[in-house]
Amino acid sequence: MDFPTFLIQLLNSVQYGLLLFMLAAGLTLIFGIMGVVNLAHGSFYMLGAYLAYWLSGYFGSLTLALLGGVVLAVLFGLALEWLLFCHFYQRDHLDQVLLTFGLIYIFEELRSMLWGDDVHGVPIPELLSASIPLTDNLSYPVYRLFMSGVCIALAVGLYLLISKTRLGMKIRAGAFNRDMAESLGINIKRIHAVVFALGVGLAAVAGIVAAPVSSVYPNMGSQVLIMCFVVVVIGGIGSVRGALISALLVGLVDTFGKVLLPSMAGMMVYMLMATVLLWKPEGLFKQ
Amino acid sequence: MSTAKANLETLPRSVQVVLALALVVLIAFPIIGADFYTQMVTRMMILAIFAMSLDLLQGVTGLVSLGHAAYFGLAGYALAFLTPQGEAVSLWWTLPIAVLVSGLAALVIGFFVVRTHGIYFIMVTMAFAQMVFFLFFDNKVLGGSDGLYINFKPTASVMGITLFDLDNKVSMYYATLGAMVIVYVFLRRLLWSPFGRALAGIRVNEHRMRAMGFGTFGYKLSAFTLAGALAGLAGYLWGVQSGYINPELMGFHMSAHAIMMVILGGMGNFAGAIVGAFTFEYVLHVFKDLPQVGSVNLGKHWQLWMGLFIVLVIVFASRGVLGLIAQVKAGGKPHD
Repeated sequence: MDFPTFLIQLLNSVQYGLLLFMLAAGLTLIFGIMGVVNLAHGSFYMLGAYLAYWLSGYFGSLTLALLGGVVLAVLFGLALEWLLFCHFYQRDHLDQVLLTFGLIYIFEELRSMLWGDDVHGVPIPELLSASIPLTDNLSYPVYRLFMSGVCIALAVGLYLLISKTRLGMKIRAGAFNRDMAESLGINIKRIHAVVFALGVGLAAVAGIVAAPVSSVYPNMGSQVLIMCFVVVVIGGIGSVRGALISALLVGLVDTFGKVLLPSMAGMMVYMLMATVLLWKPEGLFKQ
Repeated sequence: MSTAKANLETLPRSVQVVLALALVVLIAFPIIGADFYTQMVTRMMILAIFAMSLDLLQGVTGLVSLGHAAYFGLAGYALAFLTPQGEAVSLWWTLPIAVLVSGLAALVIGFFVVRTHGIYFIMVTMAFAQMVFFLFFDNKVLGGSDGLYINFKPTASVMGITLFDLDNKVSMYYATLGAMVIVYVFLRRLLWSPFGRALAGIRVNEHRMRAMGFGTFGYKLSAFTLAGALAGLAGYLWGVQSGYINPELMGFHMSAHAIMMVILGGMGNFAGAIVGAFTFEYVLHVFKDLPQVGSVNLGKHWQLWMGLFIVLVIVFASRGVLGLIAQVKAGGKPHD
């Protein structure tokens, strides 16, 4: 592998890893703070992608689609939390698994009713449609760099939110000791709603920015969900930092696995997970 | 919170009577039922074996596996590979091999997953099942995304005399019924054996079991392996009945369906798993068969009805039919 090819694969793997992080961060926060297994998290990614397709067609602009999509997704998340999820924080994991599995069916069918079962493309904004030439015949699309940029910006924002703001302090307090936080006058229900909506929002942003590259298709959520599970297992439940590192690791292994060992590519990530489990059964950064 | 609660380990006399009557109905069914329904009930019984195997983990040991379909599918694939293109093979050696393949896979994967707890266990079982799924999905040699056909059903003969012909739908029905009853009796005996008591103890409090000197890792791994092998039995029968096997059978929808079956009847006593498997398959059949109303084909949207059904069951009756019975018996108080 010559250097430009290596560079392209490296950039791709970082971009994929960052995208996974956006999803895994929400998933791991919801796990860590509310103790909910959410199989429907992939559906929020799908929702984002379909909103990008629908709104960018409507507004003719991906930026507006991004803004509108995030608002709609967050509202949707809040409604869902209020209607269903908040009643399941104290229930068995078993019940949570089945509830969210049922939701996958519902969301998939609604998606099919609203937008059909075809694969749709989403155009890349003109401003970002250029490519940076690396050699005579190899180049790297600017849009992918933009994707990574958005993810990094949100990762930094998430870090600042959790570690530097008052809200973040409350979130951490709630995760550490729910009853204690509540007795200190923190409205834990509102914190839960905020965290849930945050997770949905992050997943939707990931879906929106990924839509022009991956296109929009049925069942796109399930595939990405399982990858996120792997990321969360490797990183350790509840650890956002663990999710970041493990998402980048998974991105690296998956991308280079496809290039170097195509016949085993689908399994490489799971072998990585098995190795980590042998070494640290609770993930790399167990809180 | 993470320990799943079982209910009705000892079945009340009334439930036992109902089960005995149901067995009589099942024995008589092919005589009265149409061909189509005989096949459907055969499929339900196969899924009942699958659900019972999962109940050993989910209801008895308190381990929620979201990857149980992998072991179901593996045995079916084993049968597909053991059956040559042009002739039938003997049941007597292909069945043990297929069950062994599933059991062995469960042993190896179990070695990794059993050391995890709660949410981790759910996610890791799912991830490993997905690994098996992709192994078959990605490799053309293993059938790829299209799956494999099993053109000839295995023969079951002793010294040249055919005991039962699996090509015949009624013989297949009775063979499956026999397998289901044997698995049920075996698992009920197991539930009350020292091994079964130890598994139930792990569900209730694993730390205490360890403190009492039980090697819980070994117990859980044995349960996982046994459950995988029994799922393999179901998968083998599925392969025989449908003559076709594809990666979807190992997908996570299939695993989640199995969890739902166990929940639907009431878990931890195996009878509930059978009831649940029958109910789930029937409900699925009804939803897919819904009529055209106006311009809307209701059956086409079965995923919506199924999703709503699952959500409603979990919200209002999360311990299934037997759970409701127990609740009524306890005078309306929740059984937990």
